Amino acid sequence: MLERLTNLLPIAVAIPLVAAFVLPLLQRRVNGPRTSRCLTLLVATALLLLAALFITLPDTTYWMGNWSPHSGAIGISLVLDGLSRLMFFIVALIAFAATLFSLRYMTRYTAEPLYYCLFCLMVTGMTGVVLSGDLFNLYVFLEIAAIASYALVAFGTGREEIEAAFKYLVLGTVGSAFILLGIAIVYNQTGQLNMALIAQNLPPNSSAVLIAAAFFLMGFGLKAAMVPFHAWLPDAHPSAPAPISAMLSGVLIKALGVYTLVRLFFDCLVMNRQFAYVLIVLGAASMVIGVLLALGQEDFKRLLAYSSISQTGYVVLAAGIAGEMVVRANMAVAALALLGGLFHLFNHAVFKSLLFLCSGATEYSTGTRMLKSLGGLKQRMPLTSSCLRVAALSIAGVPPFSGFWSKLLIIIAIIQAGHLWLGAMTVLVSFITLLTFLKVQRHILDGTPSPAVAQAREVPWSMTTAMILLTTICIAAGLFFPYYKDALFQNTQAILSGPLQLTGPVAAGGSP
Amino acid sequence: MNGMTLIVKQVTKLVIGFILMFSAYIILYGHLTPGGGFVGGVMLACGFILLVLAFGKTFVNTILSDHALTGWDCVGALGFAAMALAGYYAGAFAANFLARPGTFKLFSAGTILPINLAIGIKVGAAMAAAFIALTTFHPEHEPDLRGTLL
Amino acid sequence: MNYDLLPYLLAMTVVGVGLYAVVCKRNVIKLIVGIIILDYGVNLFLLLTGYRHDGIAPILTPQADRQQFADRAVDPVPQALILTSIVIGLGVVALMTAMAIRIHEKYDTFDLSQIHQLKG
Repeated sequence: MLERLTNLLPIAVAIPLVAAFVLPLLQRRVNGPRTSRCLTLLVATALLLLAALFITLPDTTYWMGNWSPHSGAIGISLVLDGLSRLMFFIVALIAFAATLFSLRYMTRYTAEPLYYCLFCLMVTGMTGVVLSGDLFNLYVFLEIAAIASYALVAFGTGREEIEAAFKYLVLGTVGSAFILLGIAIVYNQTGQLNMALIAQNLPPNSSAVLIAAAFFLMGFGLKAAMVPFHAWLPDAHPSAPAPISAMLSGVLIKALGVYTLVRLFFDCLVMNRQFAYVLIVLGAASMVIGVLLALGQEDFKRLLAYSSISQTGYVVLAAGIAGEMVVRANMAVAALALLGGLFHLFNHAVFKSLLFLCSGATEYSTGTRMLKSLGGLKQRMPLTSSCLRVAALSIAGVPPFSGFWSKLLIIIAIIQAGHLWLGAMTVLVSFITLLTFLKVQRHILDGTPSPAVAQAREVPWSMTTAMILLTTICIAAGLFFPYYKDALFQNTQAILSGPLQLTGPVAAGGSP
Repeated sequence: MNGMTLIVKQVTKLVIGFILMFSAYIILYGHLTPGGGFVGGVMLACGFILLVLAFGKTFVNTILSDHALTGWDCVGALGFAAMALAGYYAGAFAANFLARPGTFKLFSAGTILPINLAIGIKVGAAMAAAFIALTTFHPEHEPDLRGTLL
Repeated sequence: MNYDLLPYLLAMTVVGVGLYAVVCKRNVIKLIVGIIILDYGVNLFLLLTGYRHDGIAPILTPQADRQQFADRAVDPVPQALILTSIVIGLGVVALMTAMAIRIHEKYDTFDLSQIHQLKG
């Protein structure tokens, strides 16, 4: 029975795609905004249920159209393994929360039905990226998600939004061009596009593959906003509407950037010492520079955007440490580092989205997002304030919230790998993050209510429901961590067990 | 918006039928000769652009309004999705489930023909809508953003 | 001297020209043209990976000998990849042009050095 359910794997990509194209047809017949809201909420709920279902399914490879290499054809595959399940769950969860939030938040924009079409397209792209087992399929869905996000960043059509969106567009296109160059070189060297087959056919000690890996680092590093390629993020994320900022910062840079890097360098191309060191250096640089720049910001959303760069640097650093340990054949520390990195990826998705949603709620009620103009929010909007406080404490790494466990795991892994200075730097960056978010709390939540806050009221129930949902996950992930850490550990060991295999139960769609 | 002079209008009236027929040929024979959905769709859009340039946007809007273009765009995409989902009937997503008698004939490729048709309609409508959106942008009042849906 | 990689070097030169235009030009329209040239270069590079010496086009005709066709045809997979990439490039350039029109409406200039309202 479970094997029949793996046929649902392409449905996860098809549902938001069909919804994105049904919406313009229905919007003109029936009441425009209401149809869009209902349909998108249905799609988000369906994706969340599918994500919960996929957690119970075994690892599978689904070949579309019954074309599989077993029968001699070139086919496109969809892969469900530990990493895909985690990423798909993150995408579905944050998309659900963002949809709930946008039901009332987007009523302030005039082109609201268009927003829901673009939102569904972006979710399609991200779902396709995390479920794809084929390199070019990954590129196509990456482009779908990226183009939809360019349009969504420009959604407000003010001066700043258009400038930020244009900068994001140009840099994103250059990154995608380099990814395509990398794919061309890999195809030339191996003759395959499927990630598992590439891993099998990779020529050893090939300098062309090194060049391709460098291009991939550039392209996917730009999507993940790592430090030399981060210039678009502090402009793009504050300019987008708040639920889109939550999606961009929480999921898009992770699904399109960090997930693809981990998938390519651990499962597809063979990890070697140079890649690991580059990942470590890039991750450490992002960590430090992101948090130092975040400390001095006056705009709340811009501060959150810089802190996104820093926290993504944590995840990339952990992935680099895991890679170095794989090369040194120290699998225990590698699994620990990768576990810390992926858990931090999940945590950051949850609490950064929560922070952006809280900033959206603040802006909805008070009309501003500059730190100096806010103050004393906890007296006027208690629900939003407590969610903001939980998220700020979680990202700063205060126990017992979830951020503490993931940062602890990363620091322990770094020190066990032997990099003492790097571990000290990570602790220092964590301390500066705590400073940054104490500043945020002091300026926004505590103190006497400023004139902008004095007339604010609590936001509508759909927006608070989304925020409370993410807050509960933050708290629960932190409190119950000792109970589920073993299950997480097994999943990461499965990722590190070697390149993607074509074996495993091949669902309907392949005939071995 | 007005069109062009009488000579341009007469020549367009003679030529537009051949352009549309040629683009239909490229779409439908995509599995036998070079071409397929995308190229045929681009030629459909070129035919539409020729009409707009020669006769003016107001006249063409009586045949095909901006909202209709977005509608055909969605119909094309939904046609593609329907063919892919119908593949479940044959056991897998996007499987080729129609009959495939013989080779080198028009109906010899199963689902490739309907998929080419859907892609041709979609690309044609989308490119025509993009052209309308880019050339008829009025910054004085609220612009019609529906045409920029790509 | 090994001339086998010369076509690839030329394709990378086109990519380099496009990248130069994106990085160094101040006019927004020239930047868009740079992106177009960059996409051309990458597509050309992708096309070159399918080359086979003395190859024939991968179109099967009723009179062709199947075995000879399989031996001599160039690789059609990169051609399919390029078709997809061209469509993606089309979408991106259309979006970029629409945004450039909006930038001109808001800032009254196409000069990039004057479009820097977001700082810090």
